[in-house]
Amino acid sequence: MTQAAQIQQAAPVLSINNIEVVYDDVIQVLRGVSIEVPKGKIVTLLGPNGAGKSTTLKAISGLLKTENGDVTRGDISFMGQQIDRKNADEIVRSGVFQVMEGRRIVEDMTVIENLKLGAYTRSDNQINQDIEMVFSYFPRLKERTGLAGYLSGGEQQMLAIGRALMARPKMICLDEPSMGLSPLLVKEVFGIIDKINKEQGITMLLVEQNANYALKAADYGYIMESGKIVLDGTSEQLLSNEDVKEFYLGGGNDKRKSFKNLKSYKRRKRWL
Amino acid sequence: MNFELLLQLIINGLIVGLLYGVVGMCFVLVYKSTQIVNFAQGEFLLVGAWVCWAFLIYMELPFVVGFLLTLCFMAVFGVLLQMIVLRPMIGEPIISVIMVTIGLSIFFQSLTKWIFGVSPQSYPKVFDTQSVSVFGLNIELAYLMSTIIALCIMVGFFFFFKYSKHGLAMRATAFDQQVAQSLGISVKQVFAMSWGIAATVSATAGVVIGMVNGVSDSLSSIGIKVFPAVILGGLDSIVGAIVGGVIIGVLENVAEFFDSQYLHIGNMYDIAPFYVLLVILWFKPYGLFGTRDIERI
Repeated sequence: MTQAAQIQQAAPVLSINNIEVVYDDVIQVLRGVSIEVPKGKIVTLLGPNGAGKSTTLKAISGLLKTENGDVTRGDISFMGQQIDRKNADEIVRSGVFQVMEGRRIVEDMTVIENLKLGAYTRSDNQINQDIEMVFSYFPRLKERTGLAGYLSGGEQQMLAIGRALMARPKMICLDEPSMGLSPLLVKEVFGIIDKINKEQGITMLLVEQNANYALKAADYGYIMESGKIVLDGTSEQLLSNEDVKEFYLGGGNDKRKSFKNLKSYKRRKRWL
Repeated sequence: MNFELLLQLIINGLIVGLLYGVVGMCFVLVYKSTQIVNFAQGEFLLVGAWVCWAFLIYMELPFVVGFLLTLCFMAVFGVLLQMIVLRPMIGEPIISVIMVTIGLSIFFQSLTKWIFGVSPQSYPKVFDTQSVSVFGLNIELAYLMSTIIALCIMVGFFFFFKYSKHGLAMRATAFDQQVAQSLGISVKQVFAMSWGIAATVSATAGVVIGMVNGVSDSLSSIGIKVFPAVILGGLDSIVGAIVGGVIIGVLENVAEFFDSQYLHIGNMYDIAPFYVLLVILWFKPYGLFGTRDIERI
């Protein structure tokens, strides 16, 4: 059995089935997107600006409704439950937690307060233990006692991921965790994402522009373009795909860079 | 100059100012978490004071029982008001929401007049002695109690917002509603809770003031007095509301003192806070503690 078949065969925790999303009743952003995320894996969703990656994540987490968006067709189910009609807070309670683009930590609160907020939906008394657990992944957060707004970009990203862990989710949707971070920090953040996935068994759906790092961390990838999935495969398949190499990873075959190759040229225009 | 009177007035101002601070905190709480400028803030005091009066007079309950029942009633009242009247207004233009709160203010003023009449009523005696002497100054026992209650409420607010799960959730909602929702916080619940808390705490202030001055229509004017206080402190700052409240409380008493002793203009007690408000807005439009929005053009 090929690796692709193996990954596909594992029962998906999250399956998005042919959804369409419309903002303000008129602007259609997603035109039939289907994605499956297998349990315990990291799946990445790549694509250029405006392809609809963030919209897909917000459709999953229910935050679409706060932006006047609506899933008009198709359905999303998480662990067998249909979630596309639920409110954002109910979806968090059912185990899907979104780390929004641009970190979005509560700037006028301390690190600890932000972490406590992550545990809002929980009512057990192990919150302090989990704060220590988050600090074991992100030791540098422990030293920061001031307001979270004064943390560096990388630390804010770590706090945002830590806050997600506090909810003890079954799945985390990460929207561009590498945004605005230095290459060294990007490497560190992806390392931690991978570590959390392996150690905690939390399924991850990773939206990224940094295709290289994302595909290295992920098991499976989807590539999106103007509201549709145009390509999918295991990360090895995508990393060795000529189109992906040329358009996303910078490089590829010199022969293909000829303007005579009209098909590729057209494709390139669409992708960039 | 009559220093003894001045000192007495300043102390009165501090005591009343703390109560303004408490009511101001409620106003800021509602404004911060729901972005609604609540013009019916004063009516919370009015309704609370009348409800408590009804419990004590009609049902002849002991003060503590009646007072606690009033608090329960007001919590439910605030939550229902938010759910029934204000929840449908979410997403409507700000001016419509303001008109609704002004409407509520008029409605509850008329309703209390209709039910309880227009003449001021007083609570049955709670304390045996009317006033105590602190450092040679006469302070009414009810005022002393009000100060203690006000300080307790402030400390309570501090701990609630600093350590409790729901307090943190309210702060997160005030910071960014979308972020709050992404954390699993139900914004609707937070809205209802903020109105419930505002109604309950304001009613406490209403009862305390009612014990001293009697229950009457004038309680709702506290809601108007709170405006200079919160704008002075900064509309979105709880600490600002307290500081603003105390400043306004002292100021109106001092203004009254100079007016009655020297100027004889009349009515300075009510007007002075608004003069100061104008001057402050001129120099510090965001108030003393308000956050300044950074707008990029």
